Amino acid sequence: MKRTSFRTVAAPATAALVLGMALSGCAAGNEKSADASSSGGPKLSGTLNGAGSSAQEAAQGAWTSGFQTTNSGATVNYDPVGSSGGREQFLSGGVDFAGSDSALTTDELASSKKTCNGETALEVPAYISPVALVYNLDGVDKLQLSAKTAADIFNGKIKTWDDAAIKAENPDAKLPSDRIVPVHRSDGSGTTDNLTQWLSKAGEGAWTSEPGGDWPLKGGEGAEGTSGVIEAVKSGKGTIGYADHSQAGDLSVASIKVGDAYVAPSAEGATKVVDLSPKATGRAANDMAIDIDRTTTEPGAYPLTLASYVIACPTYADKNKADLVKGYLTYLLGTDGQAAAAKTAGSAPLPSKLGGDAVAIADQITAK
Amino acid sequence: MTTTVAPSTRAKKRPGDLIFAGVSWAAGVLILVALAGVAIFLTLEGAPAFHASPDAYFGASNLVAYVWPLLFGTVLAATLALLIATPLSLGVALVISHYAPRKLARSVGYAIDLLAAVPSVVYGLWGIGYLGRHLTPVYEWLEKYLGFLPFFAGPASATGKTILTAGIVLAIMAIPIITAITREVFLQTPTLHEEAALALGATRWEMIRMAVFPYARSGIVSAVMLGMGRALGETMAVAMVLSASGIITFNLISSDNPSTIAANIALQFPEATGLRVNALIASGLVLFVLTFAVNFAARAIVARGNRRS
Repeated sequence: MKRTSFRTVAAPATAALVLGMALSGCAAGNEKSADASSSGGPKLSGTLNGAGSSAQEAAQGAWTSGFQTTNSGATVNYDPVGSSGGREQFLSGGVDFAGSDSALTTDELASSKKTCNGETALEVPAYISPVALVYNLDGVDKLQLSAKTAADIFNGKIKTWDDAAIKAENPDAKLPSDRIVPVHRSDGSGTTDNLTQWLSKAGEGAWTSEPGGDWPLKGGEGAEGTSGVIEAVKSGKGTIGYADHSQAGDLSVASIKVGDAYVAPSAEGATKVVDLSPKATGRAANDMAIDIDRTTTEPGAYPLTLASYVIACPTYADKNKADLVKGYLTYLLGTDGQAAAAKTAGSAPLPSKLGGDAVAIADQITAK
Repeated sequence: MTTTVAPSTRAKKRPGDLIFAGVSWAAGVLILVALAGVAIFLTLEGAPAFHASPDAYFGASNLVAYVWPLLFGTVLAATLALLIATPLSLGVALVISHYAPRKLARSVGYAIDLLAAVPSVVYGLWGIGYLGRHLTPVYEWLEKYLGFLPFFAGPASATGKTILTAGIVLAIMAIPIITAITREVFLQTPTLHEEAALALGATRWEMIRMAVFPYARSGIVSAVMLGMGRALGETMAVAMVLSASGIITFNLISSDNPSTIAANIALQFPEATGLRVNALIASGLVLFVLTFAVNFAARAIVARGNRRS
């Protein structure tokens, strides 16, 4: 009787199994749904591609799933390569919309005319999030810092936790004499940009470096990404860093001085400061770049806030694409989208007037 | 005397031979073309950054001032990694090939190969989440008792994210590569040489020194070069573990560490625009040339050794 040896069966069986698994993996995803010519109908279909800010990643995920649930034929892809990468891909025509932590520069606006059929791109604020000063210090639950003290901490002038400047603002706290270890972002980041803008504008001259996305000082503890900063602050003793408030977890968070009071980071504070901040000057009507007022004294406002934009073209050559972008943008800027992002990503919802203006701009997206 | 001219003997070229030769040649040429393509891309894209404004170099005055600290950091991290990894790998390979009983040797071999399968991001997460935290007391001890050495001048990092930690993580990533190759090379030692050494009365260690190492020398150098290639080019693990600040220092335990070229590209590229991207690619070209040069030097050393013996 011929007995099949195990070896002669094993190899083809494994090959068949692997082939089956590989082919089943190819089945899902990348389905290009047929372009339905639904003009303004409730169900949109097609593929929409965006790229940009990694701060918006969680919110874009919430918006994508919300939009795809209502419009089952639509697929939205967002690639969190970073704000500059997103803007470059949008301007070169590689993606349909971009997410960016900073508004387009004048040069970029000029080159957006080429991308957007002769008109400049539209910019709307879509994601607002407070940036928290997180710290790890045993026995100190509440910490109050002004921008000047924070600037001196981050540039190394204040070296220990029981320094006179910190003691003056926290008379009741039991501050140890441990060394302060400030943690910054080692990669380029919109969070760094917003922190340095606040330190520079509200720090009364204590912060002399130019504000920007790259940490300007040499030395100090650097960490990669928001999760890197949180991990570094968690694992070190006496560390202080800055990160998106929604990622702070159970780390202690400092309150910052606004006017004469100290304000803790919160969604309401972030929404308030964006509401009272003026629009950037010299921009087109459909460009809502905001100049966040870092020196506001309004009670309850939290000026250390990040406002992230969504950039799109006011007209698209393809009608279906225009409908998709319009539908997606009006969804994410509306109350439903903002509530979904607040729930999933911990962001602050857009103030009602600003949100209304943004939706009105998005509503004007048409096909060429 | 008649000389018979031998009939011309040309090997009969069957179609199988031609196809096989052709495919092999094509594969070899393809690899060279890919390598040339990478070199050309790096040069063409990096060239605009050779003479640009300081803004392109993230604040440094020129390209050399920007890349030199990164190059220093890369070489330092790779040196630390190899100093730790090479003796360990050679030891493990010797154990597997000459010391351990056959079954134990096989399981140790599998375990080492498993290390190579772990993605580098996981090593990065392990580095910041576990290793850094547990090395902090070690760094404090080093600062206290060996602080007179410039390597341990301190102040010790509070989070353990130093270049020494990065070197240890790189060493763990290089060990499976070096071990796998040296293990195979050690196993290829001619048994006759080994038996002859043992017959002459050598102890096991003397036999290894006399018969195995001279035979395996070029293989060991190849293995170490491959491990060093991984250590030089490792991106994600170093980007996550290292607290980089762009200064040149030999202080291994403080928060101020030089960054490496690959980690710097990974950190800066997402937010870089215009000439900054070209500057990053130019730094990649420097790394490419460095790896080439080191491999060349290693091959030259081995060739000289072979010629002498």
